[in-house]
Amino acid sequence: MKVTLKVWRQKNRNTPGGFKTYTSPELNGNMSFLEMLDVVNEELATRGEEPIAFDHDCREGICGTCSLVIDGKPHGPHKGIATCQTYMRSFKDGDEIVVEPFRAKAFPLIKDLVCDRKAFDRIQQAGGFITVRTGAAPDANSIPVPKPDADLAMDAAQCIGCGACVAACKNASAMLFVAAKISHLGLMPQGQPERYKRAKAMVDQMDEEGFGACTVTGSCEAVCPKEISLDFIARMNRDYGVALLKGDPKAVKGGGAG
Amino acid sequence: MNIVYRIWNSSLGKKYLMALTGAAMFAFLIGHLVGNLQVFGPPELINEYAHFLKSKPALIWGARLGLLACVGLHIFAAVTLAQLNAAARPQAYAKPGAYAASPASQYMLPTGIVILAFIVYHLAHFTAMLPGVNGLGDFSKLTTTLHGETVPDVYAMMVLGLQVTWVFLFYLIAQALLFMHLSHGLAAMFQSLGFRDHVWWPRIQCFAKGVSLALFLGYSLIAVAIYTRFIGTDYVDRKKYDLKAANAQPVPALVAAQGKEAK
Repeated sequence: MKVTLKVWRQKNRNTPGGFKTYTSPELNGNMSFLEMLDVVNEELATRGEEPIAFDHDCREGICGTCSLVIDGKPHGPHKGIATCQTYMRSFKDGDEIVVEPFRAKAFPLIKDLVCDRKAFDRIQQAGGFITVRTGAAPDANSIPVPKPDADLAMDAAQCIGCGACVAACKNASAMLFVAAKISHLGLMPQGQPERYKRAKAMVDQMDEEGFGACTVTGSCEAVCPKEISLDFIARMNRDYGVALLKGDPKAVKGGGAG
Repeated sequence: MNIVYRIWNSSLGKKYLMALTGAAMFAFLIGHLVGNLQVFGPPELINEYAHFLKSKPALIWGARLGLLACVGLHIFAAVTLAQLNAAARPQAYAKPGAYAASPASQYMLPTGIVILAFIVYHLAHFTAMLPGVNGLGDFSKLTTTLHGETVPDVYAMMVLGLQVTWVFLFYLIAQALLFMHLSHGLAAMFQSLGFRDHVWWPRIQCFAKGVSLALFLGYSLIAVAIYTRFIGTDYVDRKKYDLKAANAQPVPALVAAQGKEAK
């Protein structure tokens, strides 16, 4: 099979970009979308043209590095998988496929289809952690966790931070990502000490990065390769609201017990 | 940090404002519908109700100012969030996305703008009774006698007002868009305030669709019943006769329009 690619090409952030059309060489339907780009790039390189820059790493759907908006949908036509797990057999011979980078102010473009998603790292650093005793790993079951809570926390923890939620949202909102991170820690006993501080810190950082707000359209949930539920956004809204009602903790004079 | 500052300045805080003011306006919509459905009773029923409301200025002005504050905050939140959202994606996609998003959820701002225009018109039409906007004449001249007192004839005003085709159509369109706005907004309200989980979300969606449909049917029923001359025709004809008999000075435009409608 062969496909026509309409790809966003942009040299760097400060140079205006535009679409360029390429015809792929003969493809195998069992190639992944990224392998198809590899093949196209190989041909471009042999012709002496600049290959198309795109993000990729594990190619197993677990690292969250691959991106791409394929025909208007982040991670391609299927549900619950990333671009790397999208195969060419999902397209027909002769199809024209439009490939764009994730577009958001908070995800500035680096080159072609590669954008800078460090805003997610900064949100994580603002509060996506817990305080733990260092040393040997504690016994797995030393803290009892109800099974439904553990399952729900695992659902949230599945987030691979790829940013498809931002790319799909009409407001370029990062709520699903932030909600998943807040929930996965906030659902566990280990995450309780910083629960409300975390919600405030991560939401503040999210706002500072310039992401949009939530209109509850559900696009993020629909494109998420890990099918993270919008329920978590409600959970984040709840935690943030409770945090606001609780207010800041009492200021300690003289450094507390420390 | 200050709770007011955070609500005013954070994206989540503005969604709380949006949800809470929306909830208050939704409560008003239910009350307003119940009040208006009295038009299906005898004319005295709704006239008495209107007179009762007017006789409690603290109640009515409290509600009006409260609603005005809600509308103001709802618009403030909508405009600032829309700006934030537009700024968050400076470059649009070539292929339109909005994958899996319902039309209602994508067009909250446009439907909201039309509803706002309708509210302004509706207030000018029936509350301020500006003679220029109803296509008939001066509604404030319509009066009736209730327990020996001369009071505004709300029943006649509603019937005459909604018998005008373009007014009727505008009311109907506004109700349809309100249905669209609420079918999404009522559910999103719970989401924004954090009241949602896998058990309650289907129930909330069912509630939002059901209640917004009920409001649409209720409000439209009034307009349709009046426009199709199902209710009130005899009464407004009699009014016209009474007006003539009493040799009152009806507004010419109003009488002319009544005459046209009656034939």
